Amino acid sequence: MEKFTIVQSRAIPLAIENIDTDQIIPARFLKATDRKGFGNNVFRDWRFDKEGSLNVGFALNDTKYSGEILVTGHNFGCGSSREHAAWAIGDYGFKVVVSSFFADIFKGNALNNGLLPVEVTPVFLKQLLDAITTNPEAEIKVDLKTQTITLLETGESESFEINDYKKTCLLNGYDDIDYLLNQKEKIEQFEQQNA
Amino acid sequence: MGKTLFDKVWDKHVVDSIPNGPQILYIDKHLIHEVTSPQAFSVLEERNIPLFRPKKIVATADHNTPTVNQHLPIKDLLSRNQLDQLTKNCTQNNIELYGLGHENNGIIHVIAPELGVTQPGMTMVCGDSHTSTHGAFGTIAFGIGTSQVAQVFASQCLLLDKPKSMRISVNRKLQKGVSPKDVVLYIIAKLGTDAGTGHFIEFSGDVFESMTMEGRMTVCNMSIEMGARGGMIAPDQTTYNYINGRDFAPKDIDFDKKVVEWNSLKTDVDAVFDTEYNFDATDISPMITYGTNPGMGIKISENIPDRNSESFEKSLAYMGFKKGESLIGKEINYVFLGSCTNSRIEDFRVAANYIKGKQKADNINAWLVPGSQRVAKQIKEEGLDEIFVEAGFELRQPGCSACLAMNDDKIPEGEYCVSTSNRNFEGRQGQGAKTLLASPLVAAVTAVEGKIIDITKHLN
Repeated sequence: MEKFTIVQSRAIPLAIENIDTDQIIPARFLKATDRKGFGNNVFRDWRFDKEGSLNVGFALNDTKYSGEILVTGHNFGCGSSREHAAWAIGDYGFKVVVSSFFADIFKGNALNNGLLPVEVTPVFLKQLLDAITTNPEAEIKVDLKTQTITLLETGESESFEINDYKKTCLLNGYDDIDYLLNQKEKIEQFEQQNA
Repeated sequence: MGKTLFDKVWDKHVVDSIPNGPQILYIDKHLIHEVTSPQAFSVLEERNIPLFRPKKIVATADHNTPTVNQHLPIKDLLSRNQLDQLTKNCTQNNIELYGLGHENNGIIHVIAPELGVTQPGMTMVCGDSHTSTHGAFGTIAFGIGTSQVAQVFASQCLLLDKPKSMRISVNRKLQKGVSPKDVVLYIIAKLGTDAGTGHFIEFSGDVFESMTMEGRMTVCNMSIEMGARGGMIAPDQTTYNYINGRDFAPKDIDFDKKVVEWNSLKTDVDAVFDTEYNFDATDISPMITYGTNPGMGIKISENIPDRNSESFEKSLAYMGFKKGESLIGKEINYVFLGSCTNSRIEDFRVAANYIKGKQKADNINAWLVPGSQRVAKQIKEEGLDEIFVEAGFELRQPGCSACLAMNDDKIPEGEYCVSTSNRNFEGRQGQGAKTLLASPLVAAVTAVEGKIIDITKHLN
């Protein structure tokens, strides 16, 4: 996994609530057996109309927006456990997803792929969305070490939560398998005790 | 302070705790299928990690399988490749696979309970969010991502923060025609799709105590639709009667010993939950959804609410419904009876019981998809198939089918489908398809009428 430290970038606003993983990556694209290329089909049915033409009104297609940060509505990533959703968002080029609330499984999947879910208050989320829509050039800085997210043009900032273990993993590019493989002895001991 | 059912099972499976971090949780059973496992096998291959405990894995093909002509080669090359990969991965790693055509094949959350793999007090995971189904047995069961599938392959463990606890009690008696699906749709409509996030739910009270295992599975299955990782129901005599005699269930004296252990799992009287909700069973009516998340449900006789929110309006625009209108009389052309929520024998009995002696409406295309080969066999043994055929219906072969429309079972664009599945998300059942979630009874009634009717008026 790639190391995560600081992301400073413009952002794309997607102010819709309850965005489910079927919208992030529809099931018909889950037939692939590798992890690459899902970015082509991220938000497929919102980015394209039925004939396959670009839906110009959709934020990801709006040329005034760009960046590595996706700012979204409450309860992002609900529904299916498909990790393809996190792969698709990462593959498209995002490094951070900001929301006032994330669904559990999506949040875990994102963290396991070096995609940082940043949970902010509803008030700060609105500030971010307003700032980006008013000025698409506005930049956001996300600093994992200090656990802060800052709207650079005003300096307004908020801290976000992440557990120490996950933070260490992201900062160093470790994943859970590395950790678990080092615990084999304890795991085997547990199995013997509970046999 | 006493412990909850969830605490008891969780604490027994903790291998170790990381200071200021997650716990290492041991997993008793790992269920896998063709869609979320291939990339996990690749991780093992790329990093040269052996699969740790193959005997603790059960595999099936269900998400991306056809529901007609299963004996023929699969036409879609990507789908065929995905199934071939599963077979290859299971063979190479000595994993028990109930592939397409096998007598034990079916939807993973239908077959594990019916084979007796699912047992009280276990921890179970699967790369599928509806793994919560198995909680009906007093099991900690939850969906995981593919990275976690790889972690379980490598170590039989996961790193997790212990979730919070929630109890949802529903007491008194359900009215006639109100099914487990209505109960869970009602709870989600009341609490919302995010109420359970970060929690494991225990369902308790008269209603769940008197439910069959099939009904309990329907309820726990949809825990994830309120955001919870899982739902649980304390094991009791109903649970033990269901498990006893099944292929992988403990036998004879071992079974009796297990029952003693399972009886100790009940939540202690003095246990405290982080969150509690109480509902009155007599308030619950047959339900239907009108929007694009499972929380957007109403009593079938109610009107769509009037809410001012961009997301709410976007959802109604997709569905082609207006605020304040009733769904009664809406013409419906598609009905789907299936999915890990409602494709067990009891669901087909309910449908057949209503359909017997009636005819399918001319405008209706109905897909009746049993959850497993065993359910399909039982449908035949009980003569339900004849009732369906005489009424103009056709039974398909087992699989996830139109619940997620990965295979060819897609609802056409713009069409409404009354579906017994679990998700009414935009495009879930096919691009542009509009899903209304309901119980098997409401689905059967819709299939006969060709439109939505107020079944509460017809129940006698």
